[in-house]
Amino acid sequence: MDFQIALLLGQDGLTNGAIYALLALALVLVFAVTRVIFIPQGEFVAYGALTLATLQAGKLPATLWLVVVLGAAVAAIDGARALRHGSARRLPRILALNLAAPLALWLLLAGVDPAGLPLAAQVLLALAIVVPLGPMIYRLAYQPIAEAPVLILLIVSIAVHLVLTGLGLLFFGAEGTRTPAFTEGALDLGFTSLQYQTLWILLISAALIVGLYAFFGRSIYGKALRATALNRTGARLMGISTTLAGKLSFTLAALIGAFSGVLISPITTLYYDSGFLIGLKGFVGAIIGGLVSYPVAAAGALLVGFLEAYSSFWASAYKEVIVFTLIIPVLLWRSLGARHTEEEE
Amino acid sequence: MTVRPVLLEAKDLSVSYGKVEALHKVGLTIREGEIVTVIGPNGAGKTTLLSCLMGLLPGRGEVVYAGRALGGDVEVEERVGLGLTLVPEKRELFADMSVGDNLLLGAFDRHRRGDGGIRETLAEVYDIFPRLRERAEQTAGTLSGGERQMLAMGRALMAKPKLLMLDEPSLGLAPLIIREIFRTVSRLRGMGVSVLLVEQNARAALQVADYGYVLETGEISLAGPGAELASDPRVVEAYLGLGGKR
Ligand SMILES: Nc1ncnc2c1ncn2[C@@H]1O[C@H](COP(=O)(O)OP(=O)(O)OP(=O)(O)O)[C@@H](O)[C@H]1O
Ligand SMILES: [Mg+2]
Repeated sequence: MDFQIALLLGQDGLTNGAIYALLALALVLVFAVTRVIFIPQGEFVAYGALTLATLQAGKLPATLWLVVVLGAAVAAIDGARALRHGSARRLPRILALNLAAPLALWLLLAGVDPAGLPLAAQVLLALAIVVPLGPMIYRLAYQPIAEAPVLILLIVSIAVHLVLTGLGLLFFGAEGTRTPAFTEGALDLGFTSLQYQTLWILLISAALIVGLYAFFGRSIYGKALRATALNRTGARLMGISTTLAGKLSFTLAALIGAFSGVLISPITTLYYDSGFLIGLKGFVGAIIGGLVSYPVAAAGALLVGFLEAYSSFWASAYKEVIVFTLIIPVLLWRSLGARHTEEEE
Repeated sequence: MTVRPVLLEAKDLSVSYGKVEALHKVGLTIREGEIVTVIGPNGAGKTTLLSCLMGLLPGRGEVVYAGRALGGDVEVEERVGLGLTLVPEKRELFADMSVGDNLLLGAFDRHRRGDGGIRETLAEVYDIFPRLRERAEQTAGTLSGGERQMLAMGRALMAKPKLLMLDEPSLGLAPLIIREIFRTVSRLRGMGVSVLLVEQNARAALQVADYGYVLETGEISLAGPGAELASDPRVVEAYLGLGGKR
């Protein structure tokens, strides 16, 4: 391997690693706040990318139907609940968020030809369709069993993942798609060249990570999420509802997932089921951080990115094996560490 | 003296852990701007009573707060919005967050309702507990026991409650700080806040309280104005002792 190739692989590793880092952060967030191991994270990556591709092809993405149907279900359940408890004043908000908003989106899309819109508008539309699925799935699948043990929540996660993958095949077919780069072409640095899309990915991932950092460090809602993760009862006593925190963390996770899909679809062909492997690599990063530490999770995810890139050069057939084998020493080291802390107590 | 309007009334309140009944048909009235104390031995059900009133535990019976029935469907978060605040026995602080952030989150519900004046409340809390201002940047988990109590109390005050429920606020504190805490409690009365105070320190509690209840094995065994209870021979014998054992 010469210097040129090493640089190219490093570029690959860094871009993929940045995406894995975003997903790892989302996984840590969801687990810390809700104790859900969010296996369907990867589906949001695929849905984001494929929804964008469908819009660019000038068609109505089937994810739009999903958001309308799930929204109606949430509106029916929450609406009935509000009426039963005599709090009809909550009704307008419930209906507006879950029924009116998806329908408005549908009307909007029925009225314009999405293929003719500028890329930024298409991206926004794709996010507007896919992101609300996050809190809706939380409401329907997780909220009723929010107090269940982690294992039960994990089983539900696997079920949600399977359903979403199946729906993905139904919605988008088995064909893979790529979307055009945000900016075509490459930057010539002399010793190597850098695709503009790679720059976009690095810039936007960095911006998102900084944004998340500021959100958790400065805004009161970010602090409320951290508080729920630290002490659920304490948070409830402050009026921070576990449900609100759950929905908020799922919204962020869905946003991060869908945005990641939009970012990488110009450099990777994505299929309806590609999300799973991508999400799993983020998961390896999150595990390195013990599902609790954000910086270690992000660093771990970058490591996964580099490991994947370089192993694809030396042992291309085994690259997934190598990446996922990483988890074994990590778990060993983690379990040894855990035993030490228990002894200390 | 005019009789103040009732803020909270509980009737025939029972709470069970599985088959074991920890509270049996408890009745309790708290008027606006009044300090009511519940004293009783360990395991009597005092914490259980507060948890149930706050909505943390389901109970049977009737609770009416500010003219509104608080049934099982009214979640903790909603009760916070109605002006109920609990300083729980275990304090439940956010250990890895700074003292300042803990206090800020005490006002989370006010913030969400768009209530201004959170800054002013923070300044007031810092005036009551200057120690917290000095430690604003420190993480809550590293505070001393007494400082933690102050933080729990300060965080509750940040919510500007109508009814503040305190579960043994003097637990493990030095006498000087206990006096400070009780002074704060009496000051709250002046501000129109009602306080439901659960205490082991029966003497101090009955001194500040307008009305008191004695809870024993899940049932109210005695009730009366604070001063009357303090001189009741049964209370003196069981809770005050001759030399003030407690
Ligand atoms: N989660 C629980 N499960 C089963 N029993 C419980 C539970 N919590 C409390 N109890 C029991 O209910 C009874 C009342 O407990 P509670 O904590 O309300 O007492 P307390 O009056 O606050 O006592 P203390 O003064 O020691 O704080 C006790 O007998 C206790 O063992
Ligand atoms: Mg107790």
